[in-house]
Amino acid sequence: MRAKAELWQAGNGGQDMAGESHPVLEARGIVKIFGQHRALDGVDFAVRPGEVHALLGENGAGKSTLIKILTGAYQPDGGEIVLDGAPVRFTDPLNAQGSGIGTVYQEVNLLPNRSVAENLFLGRQPTRFGLVQRHAIVTQATALMATYGLDIDVRAELGSYSVAVQQIVAIARAVELSGKVLVLDEPTASLDRNEVEKLFEVIAKLKARGLGIIFITHFLDQVFAVADRVTILRNGQLIGTRDLSTLTATEVVRMMLGKDLAYGHSSLPVAEAAKGPVKVTFTGLGRADRVAPFTLSLHEGEVVGVAGLLGSGRTEMARLMFGVDTADEGDITVAGKPVKIRNPAQAVMAGFGFCPEDRKLDGIFGELSVRENIIIALQAKLGWFRALQRDEQDEIAGRYADDLDIRAANHDMPVKLLSGGNQQKVILARWLANDPTFLILDEPTRGIDVGAHAEIVRTINRLREEGLALLVISSELDEVVAYSNRVVVMRDRQMVAELHGADITPAVIVAAIADNTLTPEPVT
Amino acid sequence: MKRQALTSALLRPQFAALAAVLFINWLLFPGFFTITWQDGRLFGSLIDVLNRGAPVAILAIGVTAVIATKGVDLSVGAVMAISGAVAAVMVSTGTPASIAIPVALLAGLVCGFWNGVLVTYLDIQPIIATLVLMVAGRGLAQLITEGSIVTFSDPLLSYIGTGALLGLPMPVVIALVLMIVTTLAVRRTALGLLIEAVGVNRSAARFAGISSRLLLLMVYSFAGFCAAIAGLIVAGDIRGADANNAGLWLELDAILAVVLGGTSLLGGRFSIPMSVVGALIIQAMNTGILISGFSPQFNLVVKSAVIILILVLQSPQAGQWISRRFTPLTPPPKRSAE
Amino acid sequence: MSIIKKLALVAGIGALMSSTAYAEGLSGKVIGFSQIGSESGWRAAETSVTRAEAERLGVDLKFADAQQKQENQIKALRGFIAQGVDAILIAPVVSTGWEEVLTEAKDAEIPVVLLDRGIDAPEDLYLTSVASDQVKEGRVAGEWLVANVGDKDCKVVELQGTVGSSPAINRKQGFEEGIAAATNISIIRSQTGDFTRSKGKEVMEGFLKAEGGGADICAVYAHNDDMAVGAIQAIKDAGLKPGSDILVVSIDAVPDIFAAMAAGEANATVELTPNMAGPAFEALDAFLNAGTMPEKFIITESKLYTPTDDPQGEYDRRKGLGY
Repeated sequence: MRAKAELWQAGNGGQDMAGESHPVLEARGIVKIFGQHRALDGVDFAVRPGEVHALLGENGAGKSTLIKILTGAYQPDGGEIVLDGAPVRFTDPLNAQGSGIGTVYQEVNLLPNRSVAENLFLGRQPTRFGLVQRHAIVTQATALMATYGLDIDVRAELGSYSVAVQQIVAIARAVELSGKVLVLDEPTASLDRNEVEKLFEVIAKLKARGLGIIFITHFLDQVFAVADRVTILRNGQLIGTRDLSTLTATEVVRMMLGKDLAYGHSSLPVAEAAKGPVKVTFTGLGRADRVAPFTLSLHEGEVVGVAGLLGSGRTEMARLMFGVDTADEGDITVAGKPVKIRNPAQAVMAGFGFCPEDRKLDGIFGELSVRENIIIALQAKLGWFRALQRDEQDEIAGRYADDLDIRAANHDMPVKLLSGGNQQKVILARWLANDPTFLILDEPTRGIDVGAHAEIVRTINRLREEGLALLVISSELDEVVAYSNRVVVMRDRQMVAELHGADITPAVIVAAIADNTLTPEPVT
Repeated sequence: MKRQALTSALLRPQFAALAAVLFINWLLFPGFFTITWQDGRLFGSLIDVLNRGAPVAILAIGVTAVIATKGVDLSVGAVMAISGAVAAVMVSTGTPASIAIPVALLAGLVCGFWNGVLVTYLDIQPIIATLVLMVAGRGLAQLITEGSIVTFSDPLLSYIGTGALLGLPMPVVIALVLMIVTTLAVRRTALGLLIEAVGVNRSAARFAGISSRLLLLMVYSFAGFCAAIAGLIVAGDIRGADANNAGLWLELDAILAVVLGGTSLLGGRFSIPMSVVGALIIQAMNTGILISGFSPQFNLVVKSAVIILILVLQSPQAGQWISRRFTPLTPPPKRSAE
Repeated sequence: MSIIKKLALVAGIGALMSSTAYAEGLSGKVIGFSQIGSESGWRAAETSVTRAEAERLGVDLKFADAQQKQENQIKALRGFIAQGVDAILIAPVVSTGWEEVLTEAKDAEIPVVLLDRGIDAPEDLYLTSVASDQVKEGRVAGEWLVANVGDKDCKVVELQGTVGSSPAINRKQGFEEGIAAATNISIIRSQTGDFTRSKGKEVMEGFLKAEGGGADICAVYAHNDDMAVGAIQAIKDAGLKPGSDILVVSIDAVPDIFAAMAAGEANATVELTPNMAGPAFEALDAFLNAGTMPEKFIITESKLYTPTDDPQGEYDRRKGLGY
């Protein structure tokens, strides 16, 4: 409990000097190099006791690298780390944790099948005569959770609680173990609005205790809601550290991107009239255990948005279309001709492309180069014996990398070294290289920073203009509205609505997802 | 550009390891590099290394592709025994070798295909799927030979194991041709890239429209085919099929050769010529131990020590350590702003 | 020559004794035989010889193949005990872990005879064990060499069995004893050929290279015939004549070494008889019918065969035994 005592002392001092107190943790001129790539180039960063300091940047800006250096997971190639005014060198994350720096990740790193109390005290159980004091653990854990505003049974398995509670348990453990600085890496990504509120209350309490809190997120509104200062990185460079009270959201975005966002929330619904003749038709396609039979036609130059909650059948529908799962029934025609799609290879031959939701699992070939990742589907389509020669590969990769503005030091580097947004663009490039007639994008902007986000949305609009038929699954309704000619809504593994024209607004879509009352035209 | 690529290829740690082992052999036995011409063929310890290394090199050629798909084939040793048994029993009962040899190769192909079916269609983990044939295959070979060593005197079959072409032992010629043909087959076509893609991420390969099943079937069948060739060589060499011992534990040597050659057991990037170099490293060690005159009790200790050393030197950590240690510390060039 | 003749005579008498078996008393007896498996040609021959002997004596032989697993042998033994057999023969796959099941057999008053291999267990748990003397096998081979090279210097290369296996250790020791007195004979190289033909050939190739093409090598001693057969091929490949340029002496007396001998390419082999069952049945006959306790360790004969012993005939005779 020594850490706790220090914590309160620090809290007393911290509050008096808020604003101009000395930093508790400071990074000076940090350089980190991966191969040819400078992930961080002389970055300064400081967190003061009693402040919430947001760290912002697009994917690939260097946020995670900086955090990994601050928490001992990486060693810097230049610069120094200063803790409480003295230079330190963290050999590994445990070492950093012992020095007072605790980290909580988006995926809770605890043991779900052990009790909350055990998770809190794992590895440092209070003992008497060498025996674990089970009762003492429960009492202490209950008291501890109460200070975080949680009244829960600490004897229950951690996994039986919501992600938000697990998140707070993880925070409590990190604070108890470390006590000076708390790093929160995308803590709100899997929380709902109420849970986010709860988390923010906890953050406010810890801030009042004098902890230095580093907060990493993609959500700008949350940054303004909870943070005092913000540090913005771009391409491994420090753009600046500011008081948030002096900034507007637009200014923050401009600092992050170096430019204004190219699409706004107010963009008009896309005119349905612009579309061309029917390209692909799915008639009565269905599979008993996945999704009820649905009928859908897509036109040349049309984007059909798919809305629905997780598990509503939206991904399952795409998987049937692409032959990832084989349909029990139904027909598919491409440009009027019937085609048989029982596996993805046949779908690719039919001119389909699919950017899957889970990029890492189903999309990228991490060890293969950017170039190979781009040409692979075209090569699969050409077959074994019509190998693309190296210069052809370079040309294709170069063309689509430029086209989609894929930022990679070179096209021979493994794709796993790219940021999430760039990886998504690589997969998109893979399909564009295949000259598709029909492209399915499943959550194309998930886990991607704001800048890449906007680029992907722009690309979708451009591809539509070039005459492609697209099916885009997304839970970001603002986006769906921004690019869709039509929107189909999925609920309970059924296609429950098809929205056109003026009905394509977030409000109508939400209503359709929730119930049928606002749906103007139920699908037959 | 081409020459640069060649030099950098020759600077790989595998070549250094091979050179080092050969050098040590020379220290132990000064006549090691002496090659003479005798009875219309080259003769010498170096030729022995190539000749005795050929069966494992051939196995390694087949197993490399399997490992590149994130699989493994433990059955190749047993398949060697099967193919040798099939050929020996056939020629010893009067079938001409010109028929027996293709039948034995077909038997190997069928064995490999069986592995491929277990892995792709029944989705059994490769290590388990091929373990089945590793155990059952040797039993099958024993059934074919009825438990005894089936000897033969067929000239064609013995020629595969003991003959010479252009002065080189036949096994060396076969291994060399197989290596070149296979390398061209995977690198001049898209097979190599597609195999690597399946090995790196089988699910993503499916989404990209690659027919992984067909590829896997082919890769396992090819490994069986290579094992059958190796089995014919070993049988031809002793003019007999020894079902109990032919290819025994050679699957492990083959896997080791592939790993020494730098192909990861986690799949992905592979190089067939480098696996052959790996096989030669192993054989150079074996031959070195034979001619060194050390007591055989040291064989395994020496072998494992050398292997550990080579693997450590190949590890990325060691590479970083060496480059940190031996390159001057210069600040990396400032990247111009984009 | 005289030694060989004497040995041949002794061997002949031995063979005569075993075939004039006075074991009529075993007729109708039920005897269980737990065999290790069929991992080698010799093992297969042992099985077929045991079956033939049993048939000749009118024994009802219950055969169980353990496929190299001790648990299978233990199961087989329990099965024999349950059936109430009159006696059990077992070729144990490993040397330890037998106390429990052998005690069960003893309690059931069923005599157990160990074939071919010994075990680590109290001697009162089995009636007797029939095995060859591996040291003697090596010694007979060594003595043959001493008798045949005369006074001239003779450098010997040795192909050992699998490192650490008892036949490899004992046959090496026996051979060294056999040549100890002859200062003109020395072992210059010794490596393991793992008892296999291909390793025997590979190792011999290495020896030939390392010893100046083989000109200095006077003889090769192989711990089994299979390695000798491999070595013979290596010697021929090197352009030398096995059997005359380099003498070949080995152990086991499997058919293929007689084929080589008939072709003049091998000089001597010491028999490891596959007829372990013959002496075992004799001992059981005496014990079951007359209550005579046999010796605890019955040693089979280690007979020497040379080209004068009708190698072609031996080859034909043995080929049928399942080697």
